[in-house]
Amino acid sequence: MSTKKIKIVHYLNQFFGGIGGESEADTGLQTREGPIGPGIGLQQALGAKGEIAATLICGDNYFSNLIGEVLPEIISKIKNYDPDVVVAGPAFNAGRYGFACGEVCKAAAEELGLPAITAMYHENPAVETYRKVRGVYILPTEAMARDMPRVLPKLAAFLERVVSGMPLGPAKEGGYFPTGQRRLETTSTSGAERAFNMLLAKLNARPFETEIPTERFEQVPPAQPVKDIRSARLAVITTSGLVPKGNPDHFRMFNATEWRKYRLPDQPALAGSDWEVIHGGFNTVYAQANPNVILPLDALRRLAGQTFGELDENFYTITGVGTSLKTAKEAGEEIAASMRAARVDAALLVAT
Amino acid sequence: MAQLAQQVGASRVVVGRKIPHPCGDPSLPEQFDLKVREEIVTTALEALKTPVDAATVFRPSHTV
Repeated sequence: MSTKKIKIVHYLNQFFGGIGGESEADTGLQTREGPIGPGIGLQQALGAKGEIAATLICGDNYFSNLIGEVLPEIISKIKNYDPDVVVAGPAFNAGRYGFACGEVCKAAAEELGLPAITAMYHENPAVETYRKVRGVYILPTEAMARDMPRVLPKLAAFLERVVSGMPLGPAKEGGYFPTGQRRLETTSTSGAERAFNMLLAKLNARPFETEIPTERFEQVPPAQPVKDIRSARLAVITTSGLVPKGNPDHFRMFNATEWRKYRLPDQPALAGSDWEVIHGGFNTVYAQANPNVILPLDALRRLAGQTFGELDENFYTITGVGTSLKTAKEAGEEIAASMRAARVDAALLVAT
Repeated sequence: MAQLAQQVGASRVVVGRKIPHPCGDPSLPEQFDLKVREEIVTTALEALKTPVDAATVFRPSHTV
């Protein structure tokens, strides 16, 4: 077996690349020789077995807005380095970063035929979207970046296995999210016996494991279109954590567990001095200066009575960053019930 | 992040401007920023009237 050093190109966002936080999310693509930030830890875990030849750093917003331009550039740069494997992240629970890592890995696998590995929290939407792309592997992490010291050695060990061509084993054993690939195996118990044992376990409140897990994200059939928009009553939801000045209900910047309903002012627009934007996941400076960019009250007031019927007096708000699926689902159901009671016909959700 | 919203299955997705200011463009003079906002809201209202059977993305026509 060859003892050639594994050559890696590593993709990071502006935060892990050491450039800055949300205000630097518009940073364009940068290339650095050698490892940066978490790459240094990954390099240490690999020792002499591997080497991060280059690190590509790109702002999360830049990537999201200009993906058509920057992704080909990223692929071209990776190709120039001629690595054995591409690593992106870890992205933990960061939505935009997870999306970028997923896209980079997918492109590396599909266009360059390179194995591509990333790591993120199981609720990161990117897991569902990218885990089944052939050649892409996603390792599980905790939600918070403090899990980094535990994840990096796992990433190192995993990428060695992938590059060496050694079998990874089923997802659970191999420590990666299921890729949707099926391998035929033989077992001594028949399907009927296994189903029966599962049923017995279920009836006796014992743990059991399904052989066919259903999709993580519920497939929700679209609602019927609004019959008569001209007479419809609309309500607005914002996931920006927009709250009255003083944050009376103590919204937190991360890990929201509650939503609130507040009255919209009887004014033609929202004024920045009356509101706060409690959100740790995006640069809130624009929204704070002019909250209409996250809750378009001025536009809605102008269009009410013409393009649509009327605007409900209240709006709904939650801080949508690192929000657990459970919280999001419950909040959605409760907000829908509240809207129904207020005879709202349709909702607009402005996401940040 | 319209692509992300579509991926998780949101039925009607309207493309906003940018992540920190989805419903407007603070780099534009006030009356143009408001026009951008009206275009996005009008597109959302169109989307509400439109029957869809899968996650669908609606793009505002940017006259600004």
